[in-house]
Amino acid sequence: MALVLNEEQRLLQDTSREFLNSHAPVAGLRALRDTADSVGYSTELWRQMAELGWASIILPEEYGGLDFGFTGLGVVMEETGRTLTASPLLASAVIGASAILLGGNTAQKQTLLPSIAAGEMTLALALEESHHHRPNRIATRAQADGDDFIISGSKTFVLDGHSADRLIVVARTDGETRDTSGITLLLVEPDSEGVRRQRTTLMDSRNAANITFDRVRVSRDAIIGNPGQGWAVLEPTLDRARVALSAEMLGSALEAFERTVAYLKEREQFGVKIGSFQALQHRAAHMQSRIELCRSVVLQALTTVDESPEQLPLLASLAKAQLNELIKLVSNEAVQMHGGIGVTDDLEIGFFLKRARATMQAFGDTGFHKDRYATLCGY
Amino acid sequence: MDSLEEFRNHVREWLQDNCPESQRQPITPEEQYWGGRRGSFASDDAKVWFERMRDQGWIVPEWPVEYGGAGLGEREAKVIKEEMKSLRARLPLYGLGIWMLGPALLEYGSGAQKEQHLRAIVNGELRWAQGYSEPGAGSDLASLQCKAEDMGDHFLVNGSKIWTTAGDRCDWIFCLVRTDPTAKKQEGISFLLIDLDDPGISVTPIELINGESEFCQTFFDNVKVPKDNLVGELNKGWSVAKALLVHERKLMAELGSDSPRQVVAPNAAAREYLDFDSGRISDAQLRSDLVEYDMDMHAIGLTHFRTFEERQAGTRSAAPLVMKYVGTEAEKTKSELLLAIMGSQGLGWEGDGFSEQEIDTVRLWATSKAMTIAGGSSEIQLNVIAKTILGLPQIGGS
Repeated sequence: MALVLNEEQRLLQDTSREFLNSHAPVAGLRALRDTADSVGYSTELWRQMAELGWASIILPEEYGGLDFGFTGLGVVMEETGRTLTASPLLASAVIGASAILLGGNTAQKQTLLPSIAAGEMTLALALEESHHHRPNRIATRAQADGDDFIISGSKTFVLDGHSADRLIVVARTDGETRDTSGITLLLVEPDSEGVRRQRTTLMDSRNAANITFDRVRVSRDAIIGNPGQGWAVLEPTLDRARVALSAEMLGSALEAFERTVAYLKEREQFGVKIGSFQALQHRAAHMQSRIELCRSVVLQALTTVDESPEQLPLLASLAKAQLNELIKLVSNEAVQMHGGIGVTDDLEIGFFLKRARATMQAFGDTGFHKDRYATLCGY
Repeated sequence: MDSLEEFRNHVREWLQDNCPESQRQPITPEEQYWGGRRGSFASDDAKVWFERMRDQGWIVPEWPVEYGGAGLGEREAKVIKEEMKSLRARLPLYGLGIWMLGPALLEYGSGAQKEQHLRAIVNGELRWAQGYSEPGAGSDLASLQCKAEDMGDHFLVNGSKIWTTAGDRCDWIFCLVRTDPTAKKQEGISFLLIDLDDPGISVTPIELINGESEFCQTFFDNVKVPKDNLVGELNKGWSVAKALLVHERKLMAELGSDSPRQVVAPNAAAREYLDFDSGRISDAQLRSDLVEYDMDMHAIGLTHFRTFEERQAGTRSAAPLVMKYVGTEAEKTKSELLLAIMGSQGLGWEGDGFSEQEIDTVRLWATSKAMTIAGGSSEIQLNVIAKTILGLPQIGGS
């Protein structure tokens, strides 16, 4: 059944939770931050995650994949959200793999997917050009030059971009800046001449980069899908990213919420547990209600990827908008209800707050998805 | 083809053959059949439709055949509901008897009580009212004072009940009464069935802000009630009531989708009343409010579906317990949104200058204010969620 986990998925949930709690707790993210780790995630951890099959979880068996679909992926994403685990799971195993799977030719699939599945190669999507998610506003040009293309432009907020082994660059081969036609996806080796990568330090201690392309030459083989028709690959890829990220956000919201409720039962003021105060009870109960709605939405969105992709745009925007609002509410309340210690770096709640803000921006804020949902509904 | 699909085909065919054309249109409040001594059918077709459904046992498909049901499982019952919906077939019978009392009697009633009441309910012979709240016992329902004294061979009932829906058109009332004044709150309450024709009972309608009087106050002055009318054990009525409240909250949460009035969906109203600019609603605030509402309803619909699947799979989650709160709050949001979309046309109360639909929408806006109060207010719902789902300590203590 679609909205209830099956036996296989429950097992996956148990093993994921166990593995992440022992190998990649929130303390792991803190350590990456405090040591200013040059990669931004533990490559050893990523190797272990790949061994568990997570790097290949959505890929078909013919490419060495686990083929668990998005409902399977969602279970893992939710658990990595609980532990705020830094890894290229989203950037590479979801977004990179989806773009190749949906748009790649046979040769690209055969050369790239097995390496992605094994966790040996990571991909990153170089899409954004401004401080808001505007996937069709592409000014980066890819100019045909004989059998080659020459890419010029600059990209920002490229998740796991500074460490990726390949970049998928969204460029324009035709049309005006806001057209969806004329967009082309190209695979670029990050050490090609003219590529300059600059790692940025974001509040969530995760990995993003600004990347400039100065007359970067790639061959025609680098194109994913058809030239000028990249939107047909990009849009479903982004929707998959939104849905997977929503599952991660649900996990983070659940964890922050559960930690907060536990604190309400433990902290005493005025001689009683603060959880006995109705002012806090009602806010907690309201959050529980929103969580229940969001869980249904995420499960349905994951199922939609696997079973009815024609409805994916609506469900992806529903999920991302709802989870943006949920994580904002829960992360703010988690800090407030913890009181003074809630604003100390020592308490891990601050990590949830900061990660929340990065996830709310990635692949569309609430305004973007409300607008898209309304447009899809015809108003 | 699996057996459920076969069943679905059978249901579809039967409904096609047996549901009169006139019973496939949206129903107005006046056309609903609530049964009872004072009840009547709006048309011959409504009567035929009711009788066919009754004989089929599909008015209450999950009840045992001996009591007028069809002895079906929840899956089959859902199939019937879905097929009726897709045919736009009207509900043949409305009432608290089939929705609330019946399920409670099946669980707690004696053999004699089931014999006496269940078939009468399905046959539409008697219309039931609910007697829970009192003027002094609203959210704090367990503080109720209407008392039933043990007089040996009968109970003597004194006190009053308020918010009895359509009390002036009902035949019987199921009541919570205090049978042990010395016991603490919930512990001295019993569940009693009372014939509203009994001497000593009077019923007075209450006019509401929507201009209607669908609720009454019912007064009991030395009313003699046979002891056989006690449901469940003496002083254990609270557990019967709680089981019943679950049905009521489920009903309240679903009511919006089944609203009898001709109220348009907000996004349809938007097309009628708002300016559009290149396919988009020009008013940014209303567009934003509308999409938030539509998204919430989408999420609520998916959550109803999830709770159904969870029941089928034999798993449980917190979802059913939050639905009354989110469902009724969404209904209120919907009404506010409709008024905002209609502008000054959303102010009409009666008479010329407004369509019937506009007036209905305004009246329903007023009615919607009661939805987050009746059946356990939103605040009570939040208390329940805090206590039963989150396990937070009792208010004002450890």
